[in-house]
Amino acid sequence: MGSFFHRHPKLTPYLLLAPGIAWLAVFFLIPLGFLGYQSLQSGSYGNFEFTWEFSNFTDAFSDYREQLFRSFLYAAVATTAALLLSYPLVYWIAFKAGPWRNLFLLFIVAPFFVTYLVRTLAWLSVLNDQGPVIGFLRDVHLLGADEGLLYSTFAVISGITYNFFPFMALPLYVSLEQIDPRLLEAAKDLYASSTQAFLRVTLPLSAPGIVAGTLLTFIPAAGDFINAEFLGTENQQMIGNVIQGKFLESLDYPTAASLSFILMALILVALLVYARVVGTEKLTG
Amino acid sequence: MNPRLTRQELLRRGAAGTALLAFPSLLAACGGGGDGESTGELKDVLEFENWPYYMDTKGKTHPTLDQFKAETGITVNYYEGIDGNDTYFAKIQGPLSQGNGIGRDIIVATDNSQFPGLYISEEYVQKLDKSLIPNMDNLIDAQQSPVFDPNRDYSLPWLTGMDGIAWNEELTGGPVTSITQLFTDPKLKGKVTILEEMSDTVGLVLLDNGDDPTNVTDEAFDRAISTIEAAQESGQILKPTSQNYAPALLRGDFAASIAWSGDVAQLALENPKLKWAIPDKGGIIWTDNMLIPLGGSVPTASTLMNFYYDPKISAQVALGTSYGSSVKGVKEAALAIDPDAASNELVFPTDEMLAQLYPNDPAMVSNADYITTWQAVLGR
Repeated sequence: MGSFFHRHPKLTPYLLLAPGIAWLAVFFLIPLGFLGYQSLQSGSYGNFEFTWEFSNFTDAFSDYREQLFRSFLYAAVATTAALLLSYPLVYWIAFKAGPWRNLFLLFIVAPFFVTYLVRTLAWLSVLNDQGPVIGFLRDVHLLGADEGLLYSTFAVISGITYNFFPFMALPLYVSLEQIDPRLLEAAKDLYASSTQAFLRVTLPLSAPGIVAGTLLTFIPAAGDFINAEFLGTENQQMIGNVIQGKFLESLDYPTAASLSFILMALILVALLVYARVVGTEKLTG
Repeated sequence: MNPRLTRQELLRRGAAGTALLAFPSLLAACGGGGDGESTGELKDVLEFENWPYYMDTKGKTHPTLDQFKAETGITVNYYEGIDGNDTYFAKIQGPLSQGNGIGRDIIVATDNSQFPGLYISEEYVQKLDKSLIPNMDNLIDAQQSPVFDPNRDYSLPWLTGMDGIAWNEELTGGPVTSITQLFTDPKLKGKVTILEEMSDTVGLVLLDNGDDPTNVTDEAFDRAISTIEAAQESGQILKPTSQNYAPALLRGDFAASIAWSGDVAQLALENPKLKWAIPDKGGIIWTDNMLIPLGGSVPTASTLMNFYYDPKISAQVALGTSYGSSVKGVKEAALAIDPDAASNELVFPTDEMLAQLYPNDPAMVSNADYITTWQAVLGR
């Protein structure tokens, strides 16, 4: 094998790429092709026919604009919240936690040892009207006797923020941890205040982490349906819930498939806009 | 020699002979996955998928399933994985549409959904072996020929239940007697849930509006949808729920809901403040049906069905779940178990109750436009 690579050095990268490409072809491209085929079908369960039904896309978009918009809004708010919550936390871990760093990182990852569904269902117990949080908030009169938190926009966005928090925190940590502390000392030597040092040294150097964390949080959050299903009502349904309902309840596969493509396309557009704004070099680190 | 072995052996030899003659079908069988094995053999283990709250239970055991094992030697793996007729169908239709089994010998579907009919018309289920179900003679007249299976070739009723209103007396302070009250009483604002199954919720609202749930017109359906949407917009309805309304009702997450009769009776054993009643304008009655999916063992499943069509056994399930049975002689058998059994009106509805109960219009439950409209009510 070794001599083979020596004799054909140009083939080496392709051979190394082959398993990954084969994996994606089998588990991404083929299903995607099938989904595309399904999205252009018409008829009802048992009698679906391929008819180049492009109106599936326009109908789906106009019927579910509201849920599409809501998905992107919730994902954007949750991503921003996760960034604001995690930045100080991982900053502290990277620069101040010293030997305890790994332990604190473990705390961030620990919720991931529990399955996604169970983590979300736990919020039902935390936020329900008989739970400790509501009791406390009512006692201090932040909530009226009849007011609750569960089954609301607040609950759904909080759930998404919580569930995707490590996806934001970990890339941020990696980029913060790589910052050479001597750069900050140099900034101080040049009479930069702490704020200036943060804004002109730390923040720009952590930008790749912010960008990576934002993408890793925003993309799955936009397609999420678990949080809206359990923590929301019919007024918080996201596009993921619509797709799930079309696939699993009304058996309307063409609409479900076309909505999946619309969601993918919109995420791609959002990504391109984002890349344009922050600059592509940040995307690639 | 044990007749069961003879039968098994015969089938095995027959299958081997057929396989030799029909090589292509052998290939097809090989591609069929783990559950594609012969469907003609009596098996030692039966896989039974059902709704929650649907089997007599004692601690962690199901007494009638244990009796079945003692009588026939067949172990039943009992699953409670059905959460909705539509979601369960969606989950299993993939392999079934390829002609493959799903690792289950018996599944259950409700007659107030399009699914028993769809399973049969798509040929996702197998015919019963009536020769193994002599107790089928005990099937009550009213259940002899449903629209979806006029000769009962594919299905047999499991249990019958009713849609009504459940409420938590501690939170409501009194009974909730009508859908109008459920949807407008200010005391219940934001503490009401409805069922995601269209037939249940829309059925009760049709009745409350004075419309006929057994013969639904577009106008009547639209009226029902407007009524429900008005209660959503006013904030009266907290949210639509699937089967998971049951634990939430028990916890007191909400005060009142549209609910299935026997579920609430079983929950009331844990919280006596939970009540259930048919609304004043009437309730909906439905029946779940056992079916044998592709890949399931017809003789094993038929044997189990025969066992449960013994009134003594069906009586235990009915009393244990507070759902009704479609087996003749259940009332006498129930009285033999418990002299007070007749007072359980959920198992044995009074004539007065029966006069208030209506089945859903089969045309409504399979109407694609109605289903789409209903999904929009659910926000999706």
